Amino acid sequence: MRVALFVTCVNDTLYPRTGQAVVTLLERLGVEVDFPAAQTCCGQPQYNTGYRRETEPLAHRYADTFRGYDHIVVPSGSCAAMVRDNYPRLGARAAAEGRGRGLADAAASVVPRTYELTEFLVDVLGVTDVGAYYPHTVTYHPTCHGLRLLRLGDRPLTLLRKVRGLRLLELEGAEECCGFGGTFAVKNAAVSAAMGTDKARAITATGADAVCTVDNSCQLHIGGTLARQGSAVRPVHLAEILASTEGTEGKAL
Amino acid sequence: MTRIPLGMPTPPGAAPAFPAAAARSTQDATLRENLRHATHTIRAKRAAAVAELSDWAELRAAGAAIKDHTLRHLDHYLEQAEAAVTAAGGQVHWAADAAEAQAIVTRLVRDTGEREVVKVKSMATQEIGLNEALAAAGITAYETDLAELIVQLGNDLPSHILVPAIHRNRAEIRDIFREHMARWGRPAPDGLTDEPAELAEAARLHLREKFLSAKVAISGANFLVAETGTLVVVESEGNGRMCLTLPETLISVVGIEKVIPAWRDLEVFLQLLPRSSTAERMNPYTSMWTGTSHGDGPAAFHLVLLDNGRTDALADQVGRQALRCIRCSACLNVCPVYERAGGHAYGSAYPGPIGAILTPQLRGTASALDASLPYASSLCGACYEVCPVAIDIPEILVRLRERVVEGGAVTIRGTRAVIRPAKGHAAERAAMRAARWTFDHPRALRAGQRLVSRTRRLHPRRLAGPGRAWSDTRELPEVPPESFREWWQRTRGPQGTA
Repeated sequence: MRVALFVTCVNDTLYPRTGQAVVTLLERLGVEVDFPAAQTCCGQPQYNTGYRRETEPLAHRYADTFRGYDHIVVPSGSCAAMVRDNYPRLGARAAAEGRGRGLADAAASVVPRTYELTEFLVDVLGVTDVGAYYPHTVTYHPTCHGLRLLRLGDRPLTLLRKVRGLRLLELEGAEECCGFGGTFAVKNAAVSAAMGTDKARAITATGADAVCTVDNSCQLHIGGTLARQGSAVRPVHLAEILASTEGTEGKAL
Repeated sequence: MTRIPLGMPTPPGAAPAFPAAAARSTQDATLRENLRHATHTIRAKRAAAVAELSDWAELRAAGAAIKDHTLRHLDHYLEQAEAAVTAAGGQVHWAADAAEAQAIVTRLVRDTGEREVVKVKSMATQEIGLNEALAAAGITAYETDLAELIVQLGNDLPSHILVPAIHRNRAEIRDIFREHMARWGRPAPDGLTDEPAELAEAARLHLREKFLSAKVAISGANFLVAETGTLVVVESEGNGRMCLTLPETLISVVGIEKVIPAWRDLEVFLQLLPRSSTAERMNPYTSMWTGTSHGDGPAAFHLVLLDNGRTDALADQVGRQALRCIRCSACLNVCPVYERAGGHAYGSAYPGPIGAILTPQLRGTASALDASLPYASSLCGACYEVCPVAIDIPEILVRLRERVVEGGAVTIRGTRAVIRPAKGHAAERAAMRAARWTFDHPRALRAGQRLVSRTRRLHPRRLAGPGRAWSDTRELPEVPPESFREWWQRTRGPQGTA
């Protein structure tokens, strides 16, 4: 089984700890994981802002980079959804514009091999108890693209419930968007901030030590808002919780 | 509170773009609380009403399929509807745009010799700014839906498709009734409080005079059944039933996408619509009429079929889904952006997610407001999830964003045209190109990451210029000492070299 990590540009640049946690976790579960260095960005910021043509080379790059791997593991719901939901659209549009089937074929080749981390753990590896230890209170915010595009469902919570020492606290209005939305966060800063403020208040009200998501881009916004509010709650990616064991758990908080 | 009219018919060149309007409305604490309370209440009720039906997914698919089929054969069904309405004693008029529709309706009212009309709540007439056009011709239109009455008395604009006065609380409504009812007819009773029953009674007494004296009524329609020529209005106050039956002349302004092929198709929509809009199992007042009947109801019936950009939207393979819309408002009620920005920020008769995809298709993307509407969404997808006819609103938003920044082929009044990218995106376009170039050159990306990491101690905590949009309300993330790819290369050997 050849498994590649698509770490995503946000994690690569700002949250290397999340990528390291995925490597630690997968290796602990006996998976040999590779990091093809030609990978960069899935193209979601460009695509969702309307720059479809600027997205196409990045979709090609993704398909080329991960050619030959059985599974591509992505520690981000929205980047995995970009590949699975929008690459086929990009391909179909290019074909409809008479520019050949190249992009459509590239999309078709990567869609069935691209997994968000919790999908890979639960569906491919068949594990829900990854042997993690994390002695903190945690609340979980289901990020929109994982929730509604990938339909991750209970997978993240099932994994969290099996973590020893972890106490899960329910988040009010959990399924409401945090207000990040990529370029929305700056194009509609007032509304984005209002949504973020409400989300951060709900998170703080749980009294949890940490808020967990499967998307660090949303955490950028949630964590930044929490910090500005002076909240003590820390944003943590699910991979970092799942990678924690006795002796390492302090590092992820 | 004064509100600037931002009606559909006037080109909204001067209207503020969505972000500027929303930046103001998000600061309005009363508005925020009114909207939060109302949308959360209806949201929960809708979810419960939908959960009762085990075949909701099938109903939703059927609703989408019926609409898609109709839209694909729209010419056929419209002609069938025209023939059926005419055979039943109605007169059909075709309006290519708002101005034509205004002129037709104005002429029809003038022909009756009347100067006053009663109105059933109608999105199509809002869209074309009919009340304003009638007023300019010396004809007074009285809104008879309770919420529309509140909006009209308050010299306000609707902010929601189903609940036009959703931005008002009961104390505000009491004040509007006390202050303005007398100017339009029967005044509010003395000592009116903000008890809902008292407010409703005040409206009932005020409106009853209009119902009993009006000779002309204007309505829209929720559905137009092609095979029989039957029009359907779905409402919950009974004001519609009064307007549709008591006057001598009835004029219905109906968007061409409201047609459905057959009577039996109503079975699907009369389940989808009430549960999605008001969370009711069955709609309270469903009025149906076919042409005219001697001695029963209006003696004259006119159907004005309105295009106003609909066939242009139909030409877009992605955007045409928006024409499935049955105006239920479920997308507004779940939208976190609508909840905070309020309906007026959308600057058209159609607020919320559906407005963000419908308005730029009906009006185009030339104005700053219309070009900003496709960006009035975090793409969270809650709207698509609740849409009873499965309109993939996020997909259309992205499609329209592309039209804004890249331009391309569109249909304008039936003619294919190529539009240029909207103004004001040059810096963004350059940034997107630069980002794409960097992401297509991993070595450059790595060099950039290194630079950011090495200089991390020097980064300001607050940004200036456009970056303030982020750092005014959010801390910046701490930049790590090394990127993931650096770490990988350092710890996992040379095969990781970019």
